[in-house]
Amino acid sequence: MIALLLRDLRLATRAGGGFGLGVAFFLILSALVPFGIGPDRGALAPVAPGILWVGALLSCLLSLDRIFALDHEDGSLDLLATAPMPLEGTVAVKALAHWITTGLPLILAAPVFAILLQLPTRAMPMLILSLLIGTPALSMLGAFGAAVTVGLRRGGLLLSLLVLPLYIPTLIFGAEITRRGAESLPVTTPLVFLGGVTLLVLALIPFAAAAALRVNLR
Amino acid sequence: MSLLTVHDLSVARGGLRAVEGVSFSLNPGQALILKGPNGIGKTTLLRTIAGLQVPVAGTVAMAEDAVAYAAHSDGLKSSLTARENLTFWAQVFGGDGIEAALAAMDLAALADRPAGALSAGQKRRLGLARLIVSGRPLWVLDEPTVSLDAASVRRFAQVVGTHLGQGGAALMATHIDLGLPDAQMLDLTPFRARPGPVARPSGFNEAFA
Repeated sequence: MIALLLRDLRLATRAGGGFGLGVAFFLILSALVPFGIGPDRGALAPVAPGILWVGALLSCLLSLDRIFALDHEDGSLDLLATAPMPLEGTVAVKALAHWITTGLPLILAAPVFAILLQLPTRAMPMLILSLLIGTPALSMLGAFGAAVTVGLRRGGLLLSLLVLPLYIPTLIFGAEITRRGAESLPVTTPLVFLGGVTLLVLALIPFAAAAALRVNLR
Repeated sequence: MSLLTVHDLSVARGGLRAVEGVSFSLNPGQALILKGPNGIGKTTLLRTIAGLQVPVAGTVAMAEDAVAYAAHSDGLKSSLTARENLTFWAQVFGGDGIEAALAAMDLAALADRPAGALSAGQKRRLGLARLIVSGRPLWVLDEPTVSLDAASVRRFAQVVGTHLGQGGAALMATHIDLGLPDAQMLDLTPFRARPGPVARPSGFNEAFA
């Protein structure tokens, strides 16, 4: 399993791996919104938590279809399915690799892009914390969507439509944590909900995604 | 003790039965070559035996984690070198002997080239080298000699012969003569699923199986 993780990380960082695509999209969004809304701090600061979270979510969505599609095209997925590790483990490892190459850079970049959006400095810890807790769920749900659509040509559209509703709880609670951080309100309730959503997703989705893969490999 | 026992196997492709009632067994040291016209279901049968599909009827009995499967696509990443690709599959399957496998398929000189820069035949040889490093006894091969030149085919036949000599077995679908002396043939034509009420789509429960 470690071999699979290392291979996926190596593939992502080599030429054509798509590493940095998510962060680049996130940067574009964070840089353009102030031009669209205007540089006024009073207008930007209230929407900043929502924009940042929507940006992170869409950046995550960009690279989802690569999780299984590339391995399916070159036959690796068939071979992984016959390998002596459970398909559930394969799904979990590939979701982890996606998070490391997409989620983690977003978390590291978010405080910098938050400055562009005039997010108050006191909200930074909560922004990072909410992304840290929320983005693993985004990667894992994405792996499920990618598993369902793996054999389809141009499955990206269907994948987005399937995954977006599943992303909404994470988006609501993640943005709420950041907003409360900005207003110095207590964050316990949304934090617990966000953590709960992520844990539930991490516990259940590998099984659902592996079942979807088995059906698609037939 | 046989490595693989297939009894009364029926397989389906796209919900329609392909071949039915196939039975055979493979002992260590044996090779079995499946023959039959295009579309009869050789690939489907091999995928079923590899565990990628479920049989419609009948049983496939073998030891757990015995199969190394090789099909039309080789499972290579074009941005990794030949050696990196092979090392990855060796790690996944828990095998070793990467340098020996590279030498056996005449890839030693190409080991540090990206797989994307290899020719189709060279890629195929790398895909077949994966069988050696997988360390698995039963090779299930779907047209293994596609895009190989005559010398490579002979080389591959040697590799298969060595594998059989070490107590392995090979099940393959191929249209050319590999020159394996002891290989048995199984023509699938008599097992073609008969059109009729019994051979209707294999059931809507497939998605929920």
